[in-house]
Amino acid sequence: MKKAELQQEAASIRRSLFDQGYLDEQFEELEGLRDDSNPNFEEEIVNLFYNDSARMINNLERALTRSPMQFDKLDDYMHQFKGSCSGIGAKRVKLECSRFHECCAARDAEGCIRTFQQVKHEYTTLKRQLQTYFQVAKQADA
Amino acid sequence: MNLSNGKGSMSTVSSPAVSKSGDIVSDQFPAGLRVLLVDDDPTCLMILEKMLRTCLYEVTKCNRAEIALTYLRENKNGYDIVISDVHMPDMDGFKLLEHIGLEMDLPVIMMSADDGKNVVMKGVTHGACDYLIKPVRIEALKNIWQHVIRKRKNEWKDLEQSGSAEEGDQKQRPTDEVDYSSSANEGNWRNAKKRRDEDEEAEERDDSSTLKKPRVVWSVELHQQFVAAVNQLGIDKAVPKKILELMNVPGLTRENVASHLQKYRLYLRRLSGVSQHQGNLNNSFISSQEATFGAISSLSGTDLQTFAAAGQLPPQSLATLQAAGLGRSTAKTGMPMPLVDQRNLFSFENPRLRFGEGQQQYGSSSKPMNLLHGIPTNMEPKQLASLHQSTQPLGSLNMRVNASPSQSNPLLMQISQSQPRGHMLNELNVPHVPRLPTSMGQSPVSNGSPGSALGRNGISDNSRGAAYSSVPQTSSMLNFPLSQTTEMPASSFPLRNTPDMSSITSKGVYQDGGSSGMKGSSGFVLSYDIFNELHQHKSREWEVQNMGQNPSYDASQNANPLQGNIDVSPSVLVHQGFSSNQHQMGQNRDAASVGKAMFSLGEGMQSANFQNIGQHQGFQNTLLTDNSVRVKAERIPDANSQTNLFPENYGQEDLMSALLKQQEGMGPAENEFDFDGYSIDNIPV
Repeated sequence: MKKAELQQEAASIRRSLFDQGYLDEQFEELEGLRDDSNPNFEEEIVNLFYNDSARMINNLERALTRSPMQFDKLDDYMHQFKGSCSGIGAKRVKLECSRFHECCAARDAEGCIRTFQQVKHEYTTLKRQLQTYFQVAKQADA
Repeated sequence: MNLSNGKGSMSTVSSPAVSKSGDIVSDQFPAGLRVLLVDDDPTCLMILEKMLRTCLYEVTKCNRAEIALTYLRENKNGYDIVISDVHMPDMDGFKLLEHIGLEMDLPVIMMSADDGKNVVMKGVTHGACDYLIKPVRIEALKNIWQHVIRKRKNEWKDLEQSGSAEEGDQKQRPTDEVDYSSSANEGNWRNAKKRRDEDEEAEERDDSSTLKKPRVVWSVELHQQFVAAVNQLGIDKAVPKKILELMNVPGLTRENVASHLQKYRLYLRRLSGVSQHQGNLNNSFISSQEATFGAISSLSGTDLQTFAAAGQLPPQSLATLQAAGLGRSTAKTGMPMPLVDQRNLFSFENPRLRFGEGQQQYGSSSKPMNLLHGIPTNMEPKQLASLHQSTQPLGSLNMRVNASPSQSNPLLMQISQSQPRGHMLNELNVPHVPRLPTSMGQSPVSNGSPGSALGRNGISDNSRGAAYSSVPQTSSMLNFPLSQTTEMPASSFPLRNTPDMSSITSKGVYQDGGSSGMKGSSGFVLSYDIFNELHQHKSREWEVQNMGQNPSYDASQNANPLQGNIDVSPSVLVHQGFSSNQHQMGQNRDAASVGKAMFSLGEGMQSANFQNIGQHQGFQNTLLTDNSVRVKAERIPDANSQTNLFPENYGQEDLMSALLKQQEGMGPAENEFDFDGYSIDNIPV
């Protein structure tokens, strides 16, 4: 594909991510922080997030298998995870995290397990989409 | 930094340059703002760091609260503001917030993804200056510098309030001395009283518990360091943070320095102002025996003298003196110079009082206590009379001191306590000072040389003996070098060695020169709690020494009897660098500065200062005036001493510059703790 087309495609992917609510303005903030030393700052941050959040997802999964369920601890883990998500503008993931929080507050074990699955789903979906986006964008800039 | 400067050299000078912040140019502010970022989330940490860098701030990041505290402790003045996450694995963010508030008193911004009202409220109650909800936008970070400024401003304001009634009145009012002294006295007295009460307790405990924010006893030594630091930085640029850094005293917080600095400035201001009105003050001073001086005067010679006579000025007595001087009524003999005293010391308003004798009345500012001249006022009636005439300023203080040992010089007391008696001697010197005026001749004690009176009294007159005669009674009088020293607005620094009181002569502090008053004077008894251990030990030694030793201020003093001791002596202490200033100031414009000078007297230096001071008695008056401007201490945003990011620092600068300028003019001596150049000989006794 020609460069112009690639660029167009990248822009289109990006737009749809926003339109579909996968990303919010925080992602734009990250893009705004690009500079000479970090020309693809948002990409670096997204990579950092996914690398680090894997640990948090594991903690949550392990804690969910405990019985009885330790809601406060779960809530705590989720709070950290949510904070991290908010950093990259992962809007949908954040939404699911809030739902999980509500279940913790309600001491709803089943609800916690269910909502956690939703969190994971949104989390992996976003990851895939961003990977595609960055790939196209890189090719467009190449 | 050198905790104790040995001779004249400024201890602080040698310390490494202030933390990097110090290098930041204020006019670039807020660029270069030094931020410490704490967050366990690596993603957030990286984002925030990037944002802060984009704002041109200097960022240090860490992911553990403990690490953050280590950074902060290692480099006390290395940061302007801290941004911390609430949720962290090793330590709760609020706990970190508390630690920082206690130890470093930096503005702290909390952040969290949690925007629940409770959490935000917690941030507020724990003292966070702001609370940001994650994800944090760069816009939110662009204005965080306001918290730094605000904090500094508030601190200054507090200092002002405590120091003098002239809040916000930065410009010096030499002519208003009388006025302000009275109003200031009242104001200060109240503050002093309050503080004193607080401090007293702390001091009596005499514990050096570190981190006890509450009180810091500004020992002579400590004060010397302080003054050295201030001198090094330049009065305008001496912000608490930097001063703290230079001083490098463990356990000393920026807050402590800030409040001390404020007092110092007031003191200098007073000195400059007092010197002008010495004559006036003296009169009133005498009448008012009570001396609102209280504070500084507490050290006032009288007490010191008494002590001196005793050969030792028991710390407590000095404290009492000071307290008395401060108006606190105390009797707090045991207390080392509480912070309150400091206030007195510096604030000239008090000085007057002090001289007056601290007798508790601090508030009675009715007497224009010339700090320096004041002597008589405080002194016992008869004593005062004698003293009064001559030097009034310090003299009065001294006098009073005797009367009520406890009272008069809170400063003295403190000094004695923490510091070597030497200071006290200075104060005591005052007694003779009053008389000295005649002998002092040179030290126009009545000139209103504020501070100088303190130290000077004793010194200038060298003739102390003679002076004593009249004064002797007052021996209790704080030495405030009554008038003679005028140079030193001494008032604040009771340390001035009690004149004549042989003991007080402690050391040269009183250089009769009038200026000497400040130096070595009695050394501030300011006691820094933390330091107490350190300094007291040192200062105590000195105190004793001073007390006993100085029978003659003159020459011996120059030699710096102060060394080691008195540092605090207000007059002397003000700092050695100050001593020169004092000279210049004469007027004490910067009574505060003078006071400062006295404080800085720190060991060794002190003596030197006095010497210088003594010499320049007449000179001092002028000096003082110059410096008075600076007293504004308030202005200086001490928040981050580090760099003068804030233009407000100028207050200090003025003072310092004035002092420095004077020093230059003065020639020898002074400057900073180097009073070797000065010898008592100048004192025209």
